[in-house]
Amino acid sequence: MKHDVRLKAALLLAPLAAVIGGLFAGGLVIAAAQSLGYYSPIGEHGFTLRHYFSLLGDAEFLAGLRQTLWVTVTATAVSAVCGTALALALRRTATGAIRTLLQVPLALPHLAMAVVLINLIAPSGLFARILFHLGLIAAPAEFPALINDRFSIGIIVTYVLKEVPFIAIMAMTLLARIGDEYDDLARTLGASGLQKLRHVTLPLISPAVISSSVIVFSFIFGAFEVPYILGRPYPAMLSVIAQRRYLDLDLTQRPEAIAVAMVIAAITTLLAWLNLRLTSRLTGIERISLF
Amino acid sequence: MKSDIRSRTAGTTGAAAVIALATIPVLLLVVWSFSRGWFWPALLPAEWSLRAWRYVADPGAEVAPSLLASFGLASAVTIASLLIALPAARALAWHDFRGKRAVFFGLLLPVLAPPLASAMGVHALFLEAGIADTWVGVMLVHLIPAAPYTTMVLTGSFSRFDPEYEAQARTLGAGPFAIWRRVTLPAIAPGLAVAAVFAFLISWSQYLLTLLVGGSGVRTLPLILVSFQRSGDEAVTAALSLVFIAPAIVVFILAARFMKNSLIHEDTRRDHEE
Repeated sequence: MKHDVRLKAALLLAPLAAVIGGLFAGGLVIAAAQSLGYYSPIGEHGFTLRHYFSLLGDAEFLAGLRQTLWVTVTATAVSAVCGTALALALRRTATGAIRTLLQVPLALPHLAMAVVLINLIAPSGLFARILFHLGLIAAPAEFPALINDRFSIGIIVTYVLKEVPFIAIMAMTLLARIGDEYDDLARTLGASGLQKLRHVTLPLISPAVISSSVIVFSFIFGAFEVPYILGRPYPAMLSVIAQRRYLDLDLTQRPEAIAVAMVIAAITTLLAWLNLRLTSRLTGIERISLF
Repeated sequence: MKSDIRSRTAGTTGAAAVIALATIPVLLLVVWSFSRGWFWPALLPAEWSLRAWRYVADPGAEVAPSLLASFGLASAVTIASLLIALPAARALAWHDFRGKRAVFFGLLLPVLAPPLASAMGVHALFLEAGIADTWVGVMLVHLIPAAPYTTMVLTGSFSRFDPEYEAQARTLGAGPFAIWRRVTLPAIAPGLAVAAVFAFLISWSQYLLTLLVGGSGVRTLPLILVSFQRSGDEAVTAALSLVFIAPAIVVFILAARFMKNSLIHEDTRRDHEE
């Protein structure tokens, strides 16, 4: 009887296992092997860590890592703060229509948002034109560089616009579940607005904010389209470096490209594990972030 | 009293921000797509034109075939994902077994971030198998993020559905097909719709996986969109962007009309698979 149940579960899971175990994990194993000295098209047939060691002395990789961390940390932090603020601002007043509209930017693909941003904040974009008509600048060259720029402002802004609604919705879902009782209680006990925020509301919604921020962080760390369109060729973000080297006509670049992708995968996996740990400890919101 | 006013001001500001974020990007794309000769420092296009839209609709140009291809690909990925996810979600929701947490972790991984390294390995595998640069290869690689996501959504639906209902229908003499049609399907229908929509959108908006595995053989809409963006044709890029976001907008409108709260919460995870 027990065997029967187990066999049935195994059969039901078999097609999914083929995708996760065969394609996803299988692909990862092959990629790992190719980055560890088993890439036959260029005659590599023995274990070596040299593709990883060479990354340590690779100026482009190190600059890319720095750039990736800067963009990811900044965009995640700004999104978390603005997303929390938006959730709190909408907490009491938001109508169903506003809550529904909040889903629209969430539904826009990152690629489309990046296209919009280019036309807005490029040197001859709409913002620069508005500044011109206000008499603040005389030529596109006077507009600060916000795309293909040193600090990746365009990339960060695109991510913030996309991730703020995500974090806000996660926080609002938890807020709705908690209800107003704690808030009212704190008020009855004489807490000021700021005290209530600091000691009651923020601690209550922090699980949702932290968990969704981890999701945002690991997504931005590995995502490709936005830095590909809005970023500079150097220093590029890690995903762009990996893609560029992988598609290089010179096949000897490929093991190193895969090594870069493996670094991204390792960090993302670590964050996924962290997220799972966080959400499983925080009972109430486990369902939201997993399903 | 004062804090009431403050919270109302904050609420109004927040609502204004939401309205701006939801409408301005789409409106701007519409204006750009009809623009012609919109040079510095004009605030509005000097001339309006249908050129970009004519080009997008021209069956002889490269857009129309890629549109059809993207649609067919996303539909195939949706059907395959549902066929994979339906049995898996039943097992995950109703059976307890060792390693269940590991399965959930495995589901989460390809969903959280674009599985770049994995796609590179899959590419090597497909080169050997002769399906690199083909639609079949691209469809299979799109399943890596789509099938786990679909499974997560459906597991949620099945875990809210008591398998006893199926058992009762069986006792009453219903066959497997009747049970599925009359009992199970109506119960999980909302989750099924959400799962299908996300599988479609995941495939539809996929860029990097298509590029890596499809090479020059597979030209989907996002690939064409990026190449127009790089060529600097703003009007066609805007028109293509609108076509690109159309399915998401259509789904959003349908969802807002037909489904309420519970589903909208399930939506929130979707964003991260694009």
